[in-house]
Amino acid sequence: MIQKFISLEWKSFIRAASFQTNLAMKILMGFGALYFIAVFLGLGFGSFFIIEKAELGDPFEVVNRYMIYYLAFDLFFRYSLQKMPVTNIKPFLYLPMTKNQVVRFSMGKTVVSFFNWSHAFFFLPFSVVLITKDYDPISVLGWHIGMAALIYCNNFINLLINNKSGVFYVFVALVLGLGAGQYFGYFDMTLYTAPFFNWLGSSPVAALLPIALLLILSRWAFAYFKKYMYLDAGLASKQEVASTQEYAFLNRFGNLGTFLKNDIRLILRNKRAKMALYGGFFFLFYGLLFFTGAIEVYDGPVWKIFAGIFISGGFLFNFGQFVPSWDSAYYPLMMSQNITYQDYIKSKWYLIAIATAVSTLLALPYLYFGLNAYLAVLVGGVYNIGINAYLVLWGGAYIKTPIDLASGKKAFGDKQSFNAKTLLLTVPKILLPLAIYWGVSLVASDEVAFASVAVAGVLGYLFKNKVFALIEKIYKTEKYKTLAAYKQA
Amino acid sequence: MITASQLSKTYGDKTVLNIDHLEIPKGQSFGLVGNNGAGKTTFFSLLLDLIEPSSGQIVSNEVVIHQSEKWKPFTAAFIDESFLIGYLTPEEYFYFIGELRGVSKADVMELLSGFEDFFHGEILDQKKYLRDLSKGNQKKVGIVASFIGKPEVVILDEPFANLDPTTQIRLKGIIKDLAATSGVTVLVSSHDLQHVTEVCERIVVLEKGQLVKDIKTAPATLKELEAYFSGVADGTASHDTSSDAADLADGLQNTDAPPTAP
Repeated sequence: MIQKFISLEWKSFIRAASFQTNLAMKILMGFGALYFIAVFLGLGFGSFFIIEKAELGDPFEVVNRYMIYYLAFDLFFRYSLQKMPVTNIKPFLYLPMTKNQVVRFSMGKTVVSFFNWSHAFFFLPFSVVLITKDYDPISVLGWHIGMAALIYCNNFINLLINNKSGVFYVFVALVLGLGAGQYFGYFDMTLYTAPFFNWLGSSPVAALLPIALLLILSRWAFAYFKKYMYLDAGLASKQEVASTQEYAFLNRFGNLGTFLKNDIRLILRNKRAKMALYGGFFFLFYGLLFFTGAIEVYDGPVWKIFAGIFISGGFLFNFGQFVPSWDSAYYPLMMSQNITYQDYIKSKWYLIAIATAVSTLLALPYLYFGLNAYLAVLVGGVYNIGINAYLVLWGGAYIKTPIDLASGKKAFGDKQSFNAKTLLLTVPKILLPLAIYWGVSLVASDEVAFASVAVAGVLGYLFKNKVFALIEKIYKTEKYKTLAAYKQA
Repeated sequence: MITASQLSKTYGDKTVLNIDHLEIPKGQSFGLVGNNGAGKTTFFSLLLDLIEPSSGQIVSNEVVIHQSEKWKPFTAAFIDESFLIGYLTPEEYFYFIGELRGVSKADVMELLSGFEDFFHGEILDQKKYLRDLSKGNQKKVGIVASFIGKPEVVILDEPFANLDPTTQIRLKGIIKDLAATSGVTVLVSSHDLQHVTEVCERIVVLEKGQLVKDIKTAPATLKELEAYFSGVADGTASHDTSSDAADLADGLQNTDAPPTAP
């Protein structure tokens, strides 16, 4: 039985749409994975020496002190990213196999997940370093096993709290509150948690405690899953209570208003689109890295433009980048309804332009870092509206990855949407304004260089209709391919 | 109204549709039948410019479909769920289509009020998004939306599938009415021979992309079609029995008049 499950799993893996992307993509994803492995390995080997060099105290104890945050972040990432095994259960329900087998298999699947074994890249080298540094091997081994058990506890906690967003938000609030408490020196949670991890590190028997916890949690998760393995219980998709929203104030914009209304609903009612919006909002804070001088490399004036592009372009990069994939689920409707391409593309452009303008306004607090800081944002905003808004729409014509609106889980991991052409199109989005600034600043003052980037944006805006006609043509030639690709969702 | 000439669609070396000449006059209710893979949906997709013809063209109201977008204002369709926007409520969806077709909210409401029976109280004011409606109810929304804005051509792919018997009977009435009284050219495809023969004045049979029969519907048409499709099945009894079973079911429906017929 188990072989059958495994062979099914293997097929679903190699036949997944995301796996069958082009070679370049696979290589890119490979590099991405290698990068993270390298970071973890580096941390595993390096953190001992880094802490030692920084003279923060006994490295083992320092790591133990902050271990609670490590586990909290792990749980956070799991909740937001790890896919639940339930989706594939349905076809098995009525087949001649016991529920225990099905549950065991789908829970077993989570056990071998990347979210579990990736931690080994940190813990293994760290433990090895500890032993070479003359820590008691048995104690280190006990600690190591205890930690592994705790990581796996997270795995099952995540299974249990999945789709219980209430519990999750309470958890996030708790961790944030405690973290802030520690940061501002009111309350140090680690004073109470560190002894536990230190105890794990000193007496090997202590590892039995996490192991016992793991056993309890896994039994619990097992029972929970088995109990809810009905179509109208655990496997049911959640239904929201819907209310009709008019947004009548947008009616005055005619056809454009119609689309804007729809895009607002799209963003507010779909997990994936909502995450793009939040992501765009976080970009607003990106500038803090530059203007506070937190990172030295970013101090040059060229980087101010870079920051400006990102601060004002959060929505553009997070949402605009994936136009028209947001409409992939109903693209045939859009293509056969009484809409001209011009109107469709224009409406998306306005959405991006308005959001960019709003981001630029929201960035006003950067005035705190001086007029120059905000000017950079403003210039970035003008360039984003004038040039980059076209570029994302242009690139969109080549993105043929359908977006599953309902699932928010894949938002981060969805690298399939990149391809060579869209990668090429990111170059002018970021590098061109930097080049303009840098080039002009060689021969003129910084102010003139700033202004010239803005002028490039304004020029782009003036040629709006010409550019729209051009983009329309590209969309038309790509239309059939796009429709076919979206169908394979 | 609609003329297809030298129309073909091939994928690789496989021809999925090949129609020399097909003309559909204005106001005709036109039925398309054929087994799976006969090319029904391919033909409809070509009519909506969702796929590109490998050769030939379709001209609708003097507009060459794959060259101009001018067919959009007078053409409406419901092919499958990809014509629905899942995160809208049915009302929002109807208004959206209305706005695109220049129909005011009040006029959309008026049109919808004519379909209250058809909706059977399961569509409007349900506090549900389209994605949470059942397949059958989704279909009702899509079909009715295709009537918004007085289109001259309405294309419905498998409109009877997934609908409950009462709704099927009502839909038949609606489609017949549309072609007869408003002069709308209605194109319908179906696997259900009984339904098409009842609804359509003309029935075209596709088989592996070829046009094999073009019949003006007469009382004997159903028998003729059944005879044809039993022949295509070529001895595999399953086809026979299933169509018999469908027949039987339909016969029962017909004697069983809907309690609240319009």
